[in-house]
Amino acid sequence: MIVGEQKPIAEIKEMVAPYKKLLVLGCGTCVKTCFAGGEDETAVLASAIRLVSRKEGRTIEVEELTVERQCENEFIQEAAEAVGRNDSVLSLACGAGVQAIARRFVTKPVLPGVNTTFIGVLEKQGLFTEECSGCGNCELALFGAVCPVTRCAKKLLNGPCGGSQAGKCEVNPDTDCAWQMIIERLKILGQLDNLRAYVPPKNWNTSTSGGPRKLVREDHII
Amino acid sequence: MKNASISRLEKLLTAGEFVVTAECGPPRGSNRERIIEKGKLLQDVVDALNVTDNQTAIVRMSSIAASIHLLNIGLEPVMQMVTRDRNRIALQSDIMGAYSLGIRNILCLTGDHQSFGSQPDAMNVFDIDSMNLARTVREMRETGQDMSGHELDEAPKMFVGAAANPFADPFEYRVIRLAKKIDAGADFIQTQCVYNLERFREWIKLAREEGLTDRVHILPGVTPLKSAGMANYMNNRVAGMDVPEAVIQRMAGVPKKDAANEGVKICLETIAELREMEGIHGIHIMAIKWEEIVAGIVEGAGLLPRPDLGVS
Ligand code: SF4
Ligand code: SF4
Repeated sequence: MIVGEQKPIAEIKEMVAPYKKLLVLGCGTCVKTCFAGGEDETAVLASAIRLVSRKEGRTIEVEELTVERQCENEFIQEAAEAVGRNDSVLSLACGAGVQAIARRFVTKPVLPGVNTTFIGVLEKQGLFTEECSGCGNCELALFGAVCPVTRCAKKLLNGPCGGSQAGKCEVNPDTDCAWQMIIERLKILGQLDNLRAYVPPKNWNTSTSGGPRKLVREDHII
Repeated sequence: MKNASISRLEKLLTAGEFVVTAECGPPRGSNRERIIEKGKLLQDVVDALNVTDNQTAIVRMSSIAASIHLLNIGLEPVMQMVTRDRNRIALQSDIMGAYSLGIRNILCLTGDHQSFGSQPDAMNVFDIDSMNLARTVREMRETGQDMSGHELDEAPKMFVGAAANPFADPFEYRVIRLAKKIDAGADFIQTQCVYNLERFREWIKLAREEGLTDRVHILPGVTPLKSAGMANYMNNRVAGMDVPEAVIQRMAGVPKKDAANEGVKICLETIAELREMEGIHGIHIMAIKWEEIVAGIVEGAGLLPRPDLGVS
């Protein structure tokens, strides 16, 4: 899923300051799972905005709504009326959701309430870890299903670097060294020979280096 | 004329000499006198001098420019190049440029992560890794082509170096990685500073058993310690560094004013032991911010005078 974190209220407060009627728009999918922008967070944030505005002598009307997904038209439509009633939208979706909303409601200022951070997993309660950078050319099969592009701080395809010690990454002792994990996995799988193979430079053209990407599925076009 | 010359370091190693290299960092600014001063301290003391590339991710004069300043006073530079800051386009271009200016040796590194440096808010590149870089430089030399297969109008023919850290984990993998670097293109290897001779001996033995010491020139790194504090710092704070407790104790066991002397003594003992090991082709002295000590170490180790190859 996409993992994000709600922006600090101080920043949000500044962003919404010019507006009188604000729709706080939650998203019920990824950002809900990571407690950044689901129904509950939307409600709490809406109250917080009302509260700080009142405290600072500003009047702002805050409405709240959560749709299932802000990255799909079908669900975005459900927000149309509420968006129409307000003069601005604070979207708690990931960056894609924010842009999708802005594209549908071109005359409305749409503001980001969440810092979108990464594609990751819920490792355990309260801990999300980054796992994939969406490079567009998945090479996990080579690396025992541990992604060096994302999880090695230096994106080494022929790691580990000289700073890997006791299983930890030199860049952050709280982070496991991806290459240590790769080696352990390959050991379990009996594929240690993968390590002897030279991995050539990656083709980044399928990543954001190639410009914004698009996926066309002819078979689904109607 | 200059472009026809080949690496003096390569000549010496091929001739079977026990070589001495050292390291110097360019200044944090454009003052070329700084680098020339450092170079002069090492003239006739070392066979080649590594020039770091924004080491520890602190912005400094470029390694190419600093290498040229050294070349101009007759020293042979080993230009270090990291993949942290340049993508493959910039790397290849700079290598061609460096070669056109007379630089003949390159040490291919991935580089310290910028979060350790003076500008942690920088974006890193890491388009390719050090292994890919070594391969690229070798391919340019052997095939005369760039990475895209384009025929070059005079290919850079660099003598290719890479780094190895026998002290990092996982240990079993360290020799495989060395083999991989040699396959990729490394002609010579400079290692992380050796304090743990036990572990180094084990590593070089494994390398020997795999036949690697016949395929590459290995120059173990040494760094003289200045104080017990430095020993501790290196052990605890520098990634991939292994300073055994006994060494730290030895540094702590002498009065402060004698600590530097003790550090040099340890360094000389280390060099002596390393020279006894089979498969070692030289020594790489990294006297961090202490370049003036290098001449004394080389002399103390009985490695002076340096061999004269005539004008190279
Ligand atoms: S290789 Fe690419 S697609 Fe696969 S996990 Fe890593 S970043 Fe994601
Ligand atoms: S310590 Fe491991 S994860 Fe960290 S940069 Fe080095 S190889 Fe990558």
